[in-house]
Amino acid sequence: MSFAIKKQGEIVVVDVEGQLIVGNRQELKQKVLDELEKGEKRFLIDFSQTGYIDSSGLGVLVSLSKKIREQGGELRLANLNDDLKTLFELTKLDTLFQIADTRERALESF
Amino acid sequence: MTQSSDADVGSLPLYPMRLAIELEIPSDIQYIEQVVELVTRQCEQLSFTARHCALNVPVALTEALSNAILRGNGENTDKHVRLRAHVDHDSLVMEVADEGAGFDLEDCTIDPTTGENIDREDGRGLFLMRRLMDRVERFTDHGNVVRLTLRRE
Repeated sequence: MSFAIKKQGEIVVVDVEGQLIVGNRQELKQKVLDELEKGEKRFLIDFSQTGYIDSSGLGVLVSLSKKIREQGGELRLANLNDDLKTLFELTKLDTLFQIADTRERALESF
Repeated sequence: MTQSSDADVGSLPLYPMRLAIELEIPSDIQYIEQVVELVTRQCEQLSFTARHCALNVPVALTEALSNAILRGNGENTDKHVRLRAHVDHDSLVMEVADEGAGFDLEDCTIDPTTGENIDREDGRGLFLMRRLMDRVERFTDHGNVVRLTLRRE
């Protein structure tokens, strides 16, 4: 499991490879916060290579969303598979995040 | 193409088989992913649905293990977490035991979907376990035990 970060224009794109769970959530949080501290404002987290997410992983996404908003930034999520969509629906986090079906649509939505 | 013979045991469905796993890990969250993978793989081989193997089992078991490690044992690596998993034709039953004092399942479960809780960082673990499993029980048996039951669809 790892997190790959790259810039696409003005947008910081994070690929979550593997699981986003209690054992690695802090790593994701720190990587995004580091970019936020550098002045980045637009973030896209892409889950096309993600297995499952636990409550800690969801919690980190909620926390990052708040911190990014506080800095005047925006966070988008993309490429949730059907199982991950169900997870977001169960927790109603699909109402809290802007979620796009594809990376391209998410990038266009900023 | 020939029909399979009685000797061709490799083609027998694993569905009617029973399987039991018992293991113990130190209270370190880095063990969780490996343990979850081990159990999920057995569920795949014993014909649980793709949804169960990709969502219900890994997420609920991750929650139970992380609760046991972080809350039950306070991440004290001298303390251990024990997992017993039993799969048969009817269901998967997983028991996660820690060395903590236990907790009240009802009192500790919050609804994270309400307006006041939706943007909380914590509080979704027990909720998810209960939504993703058919039954969640907590009891004391040589430690604090959470039992998760998932019936086959």
